Amino acid sequence: MKIAVCVKQVPEGNSRIDPGTKRLDRSGEGALNGFDANAVEEALRLRDATGEGEVVLVSLGPAKAQDVLRKALAMGADRAVHVSDETAGGSDLVATSYALAKALEREGADLILFGQQAADSDGAVLWAAVADRLRLPVVSQAAELTHAGGKLTIKRQTEFGYDVIEAPLPAVVAVSDAINEPRYPSLKGIMGAKSKPQETLSLAELEIEPERAGEPGSRTEVYALSDPPARADSRKIDDDGNAAQAILDFLAEKRLV
Amino acid sequence: MNFDLDQEHELVRSTVRAFAEERVAPVAEELDRESRFPYDLVGELAELGLMGMTIPEAYGGAGADTVSYAIAIEELTRVDSSVAITVAAHHSLGTLPIFYFGSEEQKQRWLPELAAGRKLSAFGLTEPGAGSDAGATRTHAELRDGEWVVNGSKIFITNAGTDITACVTITARTGEDEISNIIVPNGTPGYEISKPMKKLGWRASDTRELSFKDAAVPDENLLGPRGQGFQQFLEILDGGRISVAAMGVGLAQGAYDLAYGYAQERQQFGKPISKFQAVQFKLADMATELEAGRNLVYKAAWLKDQGRDFALAAAQAKLFTGELSNRAVNWALQIHGGYGYMDEYAISRLYRDQKILEIGEGTNEVQRMVIARHLGV
Repeated sequence: MKIAVCVKQVPEGNSRIDPGTKRLDRSGEGALNGFDANAVEEALRLRDATGEGEVVLVSLGPAKAQDVLRKALAMGADRAVHVSDETAGGSDLVATSYALAKALEREGADLILFGQQAADSDGAVLWAAVADRLRLPVVSQAAELTHAGGKLTIKRQTEFGYDVIEAPLPAVVAVSDAINEPRYPSLKGIMGAKSKPQETLSLAELEIEPERAGEPGSRTEVYALSDPPARADSRKIDDDGNAAQAILDFLAEKRLV
Repeated sequence: MNFDLDQEHELVRSTVRAFAEERVAPVAEELDRESRFPYDLVGELAELGLMGMTIPEAYGGAGADTVSYAIAIEELTRVDSSVAITVAAHHSLGTLPIFYFGSEEQKQRWLPELAAGRKLSAFGLTEPGAGSDAGATRTHAELRDGEWVVNGSKIFITNAGTDITACVTITARTGEDEISNIIVPNGTPGYEISKPMKKLGWRASDTRELSFKDAAVPDENLLGPRGQGFQQFLEILDGGRISVAAMGVGLAQGAYDLAYGYAQERQQFGKPISKFQAVQFKLADMATELEAGRNLVYKAAWLKDQGRDFALAAAQAKLFTGELSNRAVNWALQIHGGYGYMDEYAISRLYRDQKILEIGEGTNEVQRMVIARHLGV
């Protein structure tokens, strides 16, 4: 089975928004998005369970995003496709899903895995948009994934329990962080990652029209940014020795205890 | 000139840092309190390939360079010295001598298990009467009927007595003015290992006294040519100094990070103590010394990787980081005030773990002797 995993580099630590461009500030240290590490781990497990197949990483991002591809290769993925182009900066969901769909079309994978959401934007919709563009079935919030007899069985986490869903291949699956515990890259993996195939593609090489990429290809416009309003009904309790009682009274008053 | 680390180096750092914070940090205090050897962590470190980092893949290692190794040791020490010294002593003192000086047969026999970290190994140099004056070794081995019969004792030997220790390589007198290195497998009759020694710091690491009473090992356990033991251990110690120097940087970084965090939380006179210049200057000095120390360590490691002479750089790195880590834990504890003296605060453990960095692998005084010798005075 050929498995493609879409991965994203997110800023390490707290995200900061550049007030000038109204975009996320990506100048600092970057890290592999946590949910995407779960997706990579699941792909490796599926591949290793049968001992055959290929895990291909696909990422859209600036040159620096290579670091997270290198990390996922060190974890054990077989090769990486990095879509990187200056004109892709500022891509929203519409433009990003288009570029990824183009790259994924070229791969023709049996299974496309996503992390459920990215730690920076927390959109949790990209996989749906990509699946729609590729006209493939999609299942989200996967907490368990099994592959047998040419189809997938997915245990899907919901608010009230689990749905068990079967899907034919090819399919798109977005995994939750409950699905597994991502491995640490091994030293051998780290040393071997450099020699694995890594391809960098421009938008032109994917035949993506300039008007469908970056800001021109995006449909989202940020009008203004502001801090979230302070919580109205918060109360500060100074500890004069009776703080515990004061907290209890407060909770009782709100009928929370 | 380029001060950037390679992408692999950065990945080694982020991986080992994540491992140290997620797997080691939660148990470090408990391991120290109970003086308990971290078997589970050693197993996990072995799986990651951290126990045989620079041993080539052909012998079961990870084939990493010395810079990667120094970074890994630094990151482990930042969180826990006991775990770091267990890895460092196994790799640089226990395993490397066999890789450097062993015959192909010895390498095939020992390295796969050692490099993979399934077994541990130790290096037995120090004796009750031979510390800085390591050439004064009194342990002796006599060749009798195709066997080396060893008599004598060793002290302060790391990793010698764990449940998974395979062997110790010892220095022994094999003639009037002759020192050789001999591999003694654990379980050899006549080779006795004391109970774990009780220590000020590094409490979760395994430290033993060894005694040899007519302990006989086969002739082929001689490591390299007979009479080369002195030269061999000097070479091993040169490399081992990079390990301990990396520990100095890691420990100082750990102490700095604790002090930096505490200084912003702790309020006195109506503001965080980080707003007082007395505290700021300590942090500024620590950050500056750390930068200098780290550069010395990476340079020594880089010289080794380039196949260049690194003995002077390693001694300088070891001396400087040993002393800087002393200042760093002292200042960091001072910033913590009374709380820092309490066991609940990690800085108290780091403070205890520091002193040995100025003693092990050559005292500060021995480093100065080595450096002076290189200066030609």
